[in-house]
Amino acid sequence: MEAPEQYPFDVAALRADFPILERSVGGDPTTPGEGPDDDVDLVYLDNAATSHTPDPVVETIADYYRTYNSNVHRGIHQLSQEASVAYEDAHDTVADFIGAAGREEVIFTKNTTEAMNLVAYAWGLETLGPEDNVVLTEMEHHASLVTWQQIGARTGADVRYIEVEADGTLDMDDAAAKIDDDTAMVSVVHISNTLGTVNPIRELASMTHAHDGLIFADGAQSVPNRPVDVVDLDVDFFAFSGHKMCGPTGIGVLYGRQALLESMQPYLYGGEMIRKVTFEESTWEDLPWKFEAGTPSIAQGIGLAAAIDYLESIGLERIEAHEELLAEYAHDQLSDLDGVEIYGPGGDERGGLVAFNVDGVHAHDLSSILNDYGVAVRAGDHCTQPLHDKLGVAASVRASFYVYNTVEEVDALVEAVTAARDIFA
Amino acid sequence: MGLGSDMYRQQILDHYKNPRNYGELEDPDFTHVGENPSCGDTIQMEIDLADDGETIAAVRFTGDGCAISMAAASMLSEELHGMTTDELDGLDTDDVTDLLGVDVSPMRIKCAVLGRQVAQDGAKIHAGELDPDAERTITEE
Repeated sequence: MEAPEQYPFDVAALRADFPILERSVGGDPTTPGEGPDDDVDLVYLDNAATSHTPDPVVETIADYYRTYNSNVHRGIHQLSQEASVAYEDAHDTVADFIGAAGREEVIFTKNTTEAMNLVAYAWGLETLGPEDNVVLTEMEHHASLVTWQQIGARTGADVRYIEVEADGTLDMDDAAAKIDDDTAMVSVVHISNTLGTVNPIRELASMTHAHDGLIFADGAQSVPNRPVDVVDLDVDFFAFSGHKMCGPTGIGVLYGRQALLESMQPYLYGGEMIRKVTFEESTWEDLPWKFEAGTPSIAQGIGLAAAIDYLESIGLERIEAHEELLAEYAHDQLSDLDGVEIYGPGGDERGGLVAFNVDGVHAHDLSSILNDYGVAVRAGDHCTQPLHDKLGVAASVRASFYVYNTVEEVDALVEAVTAARDIFA
Repeated sequence: MGLGSDMYRQQILDHYKNPRNYGELEDPDFTHVGENPSCGDTIQMEIDLADDGETIAAVRFTGDGCAISMAAASMLSEELHGMTTDELDGLDTDDVTDLLGVDVSPMRIKCAVLGRQVAQDGAKIHAGELDPDAERTITEE
């Protein structure tokens, strides 16, 4: 495949919003920040783990701390009002972004994992019993897999896994067999963080709803890089993390259908989430605050809204096209190398990440050598240990792309992989 | 280039591709296994002691893992021969990186020292100083 010559947007101009992309690496990794021994250009391809934060988002967060930092809700003073408005408006921004009906359906959490746990505890522990089953996939992130495994162990509910085919897609016949009248919840990853597979959420939702079950889609790897509409996807619950989409860490989102959220008891108790408290009993605040106990991540919530504004200013369709362009090019270039095994579907039907191994080179050795070339990738099991067991490998190396990545950076990856292969040849 | 750039010198690659003392002993005095689950690195060490009960007479290891962990275990297996169990217990991280002869980057120290930890814990279990049911051998955090 020839190197693509045209990006869907001006990547070079956009990179100016991310000063971190200009730094070098290679020196002492125990002292944060660029040091005198850092002498290799950074090529950051670990975006599925966390993305970088553009200046406008950093400025929004700094502006909050510099000019209206205050605790939200129940404050009469002006700063508290300003912070409350911005924090509440951030929920509306998220609701608009994912097609939710309103802020009532948008709960701010710490991350996707906490959103998953919120539903598992507040809905799963209360609802599930030995007669029920929960259907996952073999490509679930531990956030979903471990959580439902624990809820299954506590409630007696059967936890089952839809099989992954050799090409990295879900076996939909197996899905049809495993989702049955006793299925209470189907919890499925939208885009696999290891295989890059884009799962057919609408089809799974239709199967699930035909059996009166609920479906929870993990959007951690989809929301950052493509248009997502929860109504269009027909999901009951949906979750994603701010730090993988140009936002800060410490903020994630749980979307839930309002009627479901109304029916659920709180997951955490304390301040912020109550309406009236006596020594004997308490009543709960309206949605979404009922599920946001304690002082929330205010700056991070406001920062997430700024990240959404930033992504929308680029355009989610264009981000998706850019992501596909890089993933397909990387897939093609790596496929051309002898001894490289890539996991997951072909280049034109995957999210913007490529996990692979080089024959005879352990993933951690490969990652160490790539680091010498300034190329930052993830090496390990990517929180999908059972999937790696199924693939028959202990670990893999994953390159993942985002809005600021370029074809030249993919070339740098391929060059470094070739060098690593030669060292071990 | 970074700290890791020198890690893959010829000697390490040689021990990785042609590990010394690789295999199992017929009737070892003790066998111990350690694992770093997040890496997937696993090492088994088998050790025979001489008649004095403290001098290491034979070492074999098997394992699966990165070049650093496998090369370190291979080099250690040569070094351990003739050492006493007390001397084995005294081996620290620097001794292992000295054996490797390279600067091991901070993120990879856990790989380098797994074999040493397996041998040390195995000897302690053999001496009744460590409860294998209470403690797993692991060198990652």
